[in-house]
Amino acid sequence: MRIMRGLSLRHLNKTETAGPGAVIPIARAVLVDMEPKVINQTLSKAAQSGRWKYGQHSSFCQKQGSGNNWAYGYSVHGPRHEESIRNLIQKEVEKCDSLSGFFIIMSMAGGTGSGLGAFVTQNLQDQYSNSLKMNQIIWPYGTGEVIVQNYNSILTLSHLYRSSDALLVHENDAVHKICAKLMNIKQISFSDINQVLAHQLGSVFQPTYSAEGSFHYRRNPLGIDWQIRPPLPGLPSLSKMSLNKELHFNTSIANLLILRGKDVHSADLEGFKDPALYTSWLEPVNAFNVWRTQRAFSKYEKSAALVSNSQFLVKPLDMIVGKAWNMFASKAYVHQYTKFGIEEEDFLDSFALLEQVVASYCTL
Amino acid sequence: MVTVRRSALAQPCDGKLFPEPGEVLSYGSDLRQRRDLRSPRPLGELRSCARGIQRRRGFLSALSGQRCSMTQSVIVQVGQCGNQIGCCFWDLALREHAAVNQAVLIDMEEGVVNEILQGPLRDVFDSKQLITDISGSGNNWAVGHKVFGSRYQEEILEKLRKSAEHCDCLQCFFVIHSMGGGTGSGLGTYLLKVLEDEFPEVYRFVTSVYPSGEDDVITSPYNSILAMKELNEHADCVLPIDNQSLFDIISKIDLVVNSGKLGTTIKPKSLVTSSAGTFKKWQEKPFDAMNNIVANLLLSLTSSARFEGSLNMDLNEISMNLVPFPQLHYLVSSLTPLYTLADVNVPPRRLDQMFSDAFSKDHQLIRADPKHSLYLACALMVRGNVQISDLRRNIERLKPSLQFVSWNQEGWKTSLCSVPPVGHSHSLLALANNTCVKPTFVELRERFLRLYKKKAHLHHYLQIEGMEESCFTEAESSLSALIREYNQLDATKSMPVEDLPRLSVAV
Repeated sequence: MRIMRGLSLRHLNKTETAGPGAVIPIARAVLVDMEPKVINQTLSKAAQSGRWKYGQHSSFCQKQGSGNNWAYGYSVHGPRHEESIRNLIQKEVEKCDSLSGFFIIMSMAGGTGSGLGAFVTQNLQDQYSNSLKMNQIIWPYGTGEVIVQNYNSILTLSHLYRSSDALLVHENDAVHKICAKLMNIKQISFSDINQVLAHQLGSVFQPTYSAEGSFHYRRNPLGIDWQIRPPLPGLPSLSKMSLNKELHFNTSIANLLILRGKDVHSADLEGFKDPALYTSWLEPVNAFNVWRTQRAFSKYEKSAALVSNSQFLVKPLDMIVGKAWNMFASKAYVHQYTKFGIEEEDFLDSFALLEQVVASYCTL
Repeated sequence: MVTVRRSALAQPCDGKLFPEPGEVLSYGSDLRQRRDLRSPRPLGELRSCARGIQRRRGFLSALSGQRCSMTQSVIVQVGQCGNQIGCCFWDLALREHAAVNQAVLIDMEEGVVNEILQGPLRDVFDSKQLITDISGSGNNWAVGHKVFGSRYQEEILEKLRKSAEHCDCLQCFFVIHSMGGGTGSGLGTYLLKVLEDEFPEVYRFVTSVYPSGEDDVITSPYNSILAMKELNEHADCVLPIDNQSLFDIISKIDLVVNSGKLGTTIKPKSLVTSSAGTFKKWQEKPFDAMNNIVANLLLSLTSSARFEGSLNMDLNEISMNLVPFPQLHYLVSSLTPLYTLADVNVPPRRLDQMFSDAFSKDHQLIRADPKHSLYLACALMVRGNVQISDLRRNIERLKPSLQFVSWNQEGWKTSLCSVPPVGHSHSLLALANNTCVKPTFVELRERFLRLYKKKAHLHHYLQIEGMEESCFTEAESSLSALIREYNQLDATKSMPVEDLPRLSVAV
């Protein structure tokens, strides 16, 4: 059984007992940054809410950031602060009854989240190889937040592919559109964007009941069977019937639907089980999962969340790889990375790995 | 011997430089609790904060409530121009309640530095952090670089080390100087090499005032080209400025102010001129106003590192994002809105206008037209009440009229700092790595060649030990190589953007 670490709301329901009076729950989290401004803001904002807070000694920060340089985050900050960060994480782990995994929240465009995040994930893979490592990745806006964001992104993704179990992706552009079109916010700030992201995360990671035992909270995150592999070429694919093949535009490997609130048991889910949505080598009965809980989420009478492993991200990934490749061909900015030990070879390895990922998804 | 050097020898910043007593007391009272304060005078408290880690931490946390200290920068002001600009910078910085940074003042002629020391900012500068000589460099790069360089290297190093020791986390050196003279140009560039050797991990940002067309220092082309070679090799980032552009900007502000349109009123304590008088005074002392523009530039550059915001940008990110190749590190800067600089009370115009203006050639701090040249990269540092959607909307709007190099079509680096400049709702600093900087270099080379062909005044340089004709020829080829790089990039301007064939992999 695996329990989600990170901001596990299940944990927050259990306040820590101390003496009389309400004790504010403490998030099971470790905050890391290479410069202090944001962490300070975060800690005080949490404490201000009065309803929860971060642990007093659960943050690690330095004075100077990574300068948007993946190489600096990975090769300089990583080894330098490896021990301190590891100790912080270990302290949290020791407080767990039964650790199942880690949820690492990071962006791809900068230097610390991306480079140091990749380093820490790798570390976690070495130290806690039996635990789940899931990374939440913030996919940057297509048009520049950071000029070298494509380099940082491909380096992050290629390294995470080797040490992470799952990458949960949120695209800034997509969330921005949600704010603009669905929520009608006029002057969108990062605060708005982060609210939407938090809402999505909450709708996924709040506890639910699993199909097997309706009296136990589902704990296996996302119900993904980590043993799934596509079949080797040459073997016959499973036959399946489908009426909707022509509408095929996005093939899924697997989908997870999470329903909360009223009428969850009477919802009609046949559309999700259409074989046309899935690959030939994985039947809908294996590829589609649903979790339900009658407990409403936030203030919504009914809500649904869909987590999908599909071709949806191929296009953004392909774009990032393409732009990074164009830039790499002219060797622009490469000296900033070689300065800190990331060589052209490392870039090429990353490109090769990601091209393979793109190709694999395209042939679903 | 104090030489009267070009009209730049206007009086340094004078007039009312203190913040009003009321302005300081708001945080002065916090400081009074701390030990070791020299005197209850407001500026005295700030001065004692200029030294010593403990007190600076106190100063910072009184202002910002942060637990960890921020990064620090050290300002190195060299020569007359450098010191005058630096002086304006500190005045503005204090008024922005900024983190008090360390400074080292260097001039080979005590006149300028002495005046600063007698002026209202005297308490800000630790008198032990000054290096002066009596005679000056006589507008001779070789004297500044070779003679004073070697003579004062140890002393300068010692002062720099001391400044650096006071810093928790030294992130960069700002060197402020002019290119056309002797001290700023020669000794200033000598220092770059010293800084590189002694503090290799600390970034070196250089604000260089290039000589304008009508420069009355005859040997300025020699000085400039010799300095350029050093900038090419030892600076991480250079922000070229020229006096003519600054003057034009001041004139424009004057027009706005005097047109009587928009119901403008002039604030008593203008950011452009630090004199207590009216804005009109700038006409008599233009360099006051012009120096303040450069000071504003430096403040905006460091604002994101000093204050909080939703999208921070540290100084090391500037170099990372705007310098795609080590030698192409010259950044053209523009500050908008202009009236921010004039501290004029103009009703806020559309936010979008601020973004448009940033790209117009009239707003650049050097004679350059970025819109009609090729961008390698562009940074927009926004201050004040501006959100990410405003920023993105304007980038989308302006993108079609700008040309970016093929491998960096989305070459934008952005930052949002919540704290605007004093008394304004928002401002924008744009830094462009753009081929529009090339004409400045081309003209510089031409003026050099005209002079060098006749071997005019060359003996002043060659008589200095360590100087040979090869110094000049090497400097010229260094500059020519740089110009060639820009030419090559310009040649790609009208070529269609093609995607290169990708790696093919076996599935």
